[in-house]
Amino acid sequence: MPQVSLTVNGRRETVEVEGRTLLVELLRERLGLTGTHVGCDTSQCGACVVDVDGSSVKSCTMLAVQADGAAVTTIEGLAAADGTLHPMQEMFREHHALQCGFCTPGMVMSAIDLVARHPEGLSEAEIRHGLEGNLCRCTGYHNIVKAIAAAWQLMHGKAAAIAAE
Amino acid sequence: MNAPFEGIGASVRRKEDLRFLSGSGHYVDDINRPRQLHAVFRRSDRPHARIIAIDTAAAKAAPGVVAVYTAADLLNAAGAPIGGLPCGWQIHNKDGSPMAEPKHPVLAEGKVRHVGDPIAVVIAETRNQARDGAELIAIELKDLPAVATVADAIAPGAGSVHDDVTGNVCYDWHLGDADAVAAAFARAERVVTLELVNNRLIPNAMEPRAALGEYDPTTGDYTLYTTSQNPHVIRLLMGAFVLGLPEHRLRVVAPDVGGGFGSKIYHYAEEAIVTWAAGKLRRPVKWTADRTESFMSDAHGRDHRSTARLAIDKDGTFLALKVKTLCNMGAYLSTFAPCVPTYLYATLLAGVYRTPAIYAEVKAMFTNTVPVDAYRGAGRPEASFLLERLVDAVCHDTGLDRIAVRRRNFIPRSAFPYQTPVALQYDSGDYDATLNVCLKVADWAGFEARRRAAAAAGKLRGIGVSTYLEACGIAPSKVVGSLGARAGLYEVANVRIHPTGSVSVFTGAHSHGQGHETTFAQLVADQLGVPLAQIDIVHGDTAKIPFGMGTYGSRSLAVGGSAMVKAMDKVIAKGRKIAAHLLEASVADIEFKDGKFSVAGTDRGKTLAEVALAAYVPHNYPIEEIEPGLDETAFYDPANFTFPGGCHICEVEVDAETGEAKVVNFTAVDDVGRVINPMIVEGQVQGGIAQGIGQALLENAAYDRNGQLLSASFMDYTMPRAEDLPDLTVATENTLCTHNPLGSKGCGEVGAIGSPPAVINALVDALKEYGVRHLDMPATPEKIISVIHANRPRAAAE
Repeated sequence: MPQVSLTVNGRRETVEVEGRTLLVELLRERLGLTGTHVGCDTSQCGACVVDVDGSSVKSCTMLAVQADGAAVTTIEGLAAADGTLHPMQEMFREHHALQCGFCTPGMVMSAIDLVARHPEGLSEAEIRHGLEGNLCRCTGYHNIVKAIAAAWQLMHGKAAAIAAE
Repeated sequence: MNAPFEGIGASVRRKEDLRFLSGSGHYVDDINRPRQLHAVFRRSDRPHARIIAIDTAAAKAAPGVVAVYTAADLLNAAGAPIGGLPCGWQIHNKDGSPMAEPKHPVLAEGKVRHVGDPIAVVIAETRNQARDGAELIAIELKDLPAVATVADAIAPGAGSVHDDVTGNVCYDWHLGDADAVAAAFARAERVVTLELVNNRLIPNAMEPRAALGEYDPTTGDYTLYTTSQNPHVIRLLMGAFVLGLPEHRLRVVAPDVGGGFGSKIYHYAEEAIVTWAAGKLRRPVKWTADRTESFMSDAHGRDHRSTARLAIDKDGTFLALKVKTLCNMGAYLSTFAPCVPTYLYATLLAGVYRTPAIYAEVKAMFTNTVPVDAYRGAGRPEASFLLERLVDAVCHDTGLDRIAVRRRNFIPRSAFPYQTPVALQYDSGDYDATLNVCLKVADWAGFEARRRAAAAAGKLRGIGVSTYLEACGIAPSKVVGSLGARAGLYEVANVRIHPTGSVSVFTGAHSHGQGHETTFAQLVADQLGVPLAQIDIVHGDTAKIPFGMGTYGSRSLAVGGSAMVKAMDKVIAKGRKIAAHLLEASVADIEFKDGKFSVAGTDRGKTLAEVALAAYVPHNYPIEEIEPGLDETAFYDPANFTFPGGCHICEVEVDAETGEAKVVNFTAVDDVGRVINPMIVEGQVQGGIAQGIGQALLENAAYDRNGQLLSASFMDYTMPRAEDLPDLTVATENTLCTHNPLGSKGCGEVGAIGSPPAVINALVDALKEYGVRHLDMPATPEKIISVIHANRPRAAAE
């Protein structure tokens, strides 16, 4: 069986997997990181989004062996060591951007990537467009959009204000 | 500094969020047990066929496969054979005879009746091995004529879904006074008729269903972890009717559940099989649906075809309503399916109006499709869509104003309690108030300017309103029993004050996104004066909770919360006796406020924690009069349904080039009774509206003529995405429920009930230049563009 070595949430892992093993299966079933969810089988719902080498990736659509040598961050790796939440997590809580919580990990991971890619600013329409790959059945997205706009302020707002001065 | 207010009315941030946001949620598929096996089902890819032969030899010999079971194994099981899946509601026909109730086998027996019908299960060491094994089962089927729609099922000569059900009719039921309606029609100025389809939907909670069964041979105990909205109901149905297991040997755990919307109420075959197989194989057995399986095995929703006729006098006063509905049950009766198009639908046909005579006929049909059952709103969205489209059709045909006709026919606030002609008695409401606030917030008066601005930009803009009502807080046990329910519908709460004063509340309601751990904790904090952080809400485990009927029908606060209030009242009553003893005062003089028992008119008192400690360490205690401990349970059976309602206003813009309709403004003003957490209520309503807009414009469970499911993935079934929805304006304008201790009515379904007609009414308004009177849902670009092409604008034609 192929062997995969990768870094997950800052930890080196080396695992033997069947060739057909998906990255999400490696994370959930071999590493016990069950925060990443599987909501579909056609790469539509985005519940499984993780960060691979700085890009958001649907981990149900990537073979584990393709992640060999990669650095992967999952929802479990977002908060600081002392438990301080990432601004995106904090704003999701503040704006009630989650209900059942199932789409939430993928939604948060996608949102972080979306905000990171747009330091120049994010309109409501751009946020909605940017969430095209993530389905939520509970919230109607209203509060998710608000949370991401607020997280943009926390992640870029201050820097943008300083740069403008 | 005062502690932040966290009682009734505060938008407290949710207690459950930290675990969901950090990846620490605990969903069924996250649970793994030592020596666990994996189950994969082989399902029918045909809508209707006789099973000629099933050869499992190759599957059984495949690597890692431990067992393969078919119906034959279940029927010949050692001990008792495995029963069919039970139906929890019996409807009677017009002639008083019971509905047809064919067996719903756990695995297909003799025939397959819908795409997705499970035929065999393969259990293996890994999920992939089970998948590989399932593909190796050779199944010989002989196709039979299939029926997918109610129209096909009722046609003469249609194939029979069940050999023992004549004409595919499950029941032929009616409600109301046919004679009174006929008399009113005879003297009416006008009768307005509308044919409507309420499109079939697939609930699609984001978490696919999953089940993990476990057996302990040393005790004979079974445990089932399952994605359920009502674990006690599953324990009862599966134990008593399917597996023949007594309740005390069966524990059902529904941990974090990733959305339900009705689809996780029902007892499904997979739960029974993993539990049974775990006992037989003496190893845990786990099954998790993939999304395609969800599409073809989760109960679907809606699927009505109706003719509605409203008799009016010349000023638009409603005289009588006559409704004929054909509804689709699918291939088998799901747990609560029969009550949805009857007692949750026809009883709502008065809506918010004083229509004096109503008669409804409902015929339920079996078809070769996935079973249909309650989906968010369940029957009530079908009723509100029919009524609110019909009211707009009245205005279309007569030229009367849409708001004026509604106002003219409203049940006035002074008329409550109001007895409708279709069995329900409404306790409270103020339909003028919700309408007036909604008109103002949505700026109805300023719409024509927005229409002109849109027209200048090349868009057709329309506005639509719906004023609706629903019945929830389900339900008085005696009443539903007389209507055919095979269960009581009370709720249970156990309030346990621990010796140091912290509180655990065990509730039979179940949270799968609703935020109960926060809302219920606020309720307890408010009543007992205990800080939120010291209150834990426990749900979803039959081993911990005395009993419960679960969460659906917007019942958790109105029924479950009322049970909590009742249990807390018992705690306080006992606490007063203990405090009286400790304070050497008379019980009558003890007051309880803000977490403290005090002697009236003095500053002498004992905190709840001090009283609790005395109850658990009863050294100085009235032991002859009362037992130690401070732990009370209450069952609350509601006196009536609750009746949330309100007004939704929608604005759409249509691109006449592409036929694409987009909701650009949406305003909802709902009456949900007393609100505990406004933030959570708004979230519930927003989510419901999203599903309602989805129904109106996007979603459709599509079958081809032969019963093949065409929309079996997220690539084919159009789920609302962020870009499909606008910013939503949501507010409440509440009257209190008069018959439960909280005054709460429920908020989980209002969004999905009020919104679809508002969207279609707006769309019909946008297309009025094209002579459009009605559009069926979902109003896809294809439907809209064909209407636009078929009807040149009147203005252009003139």
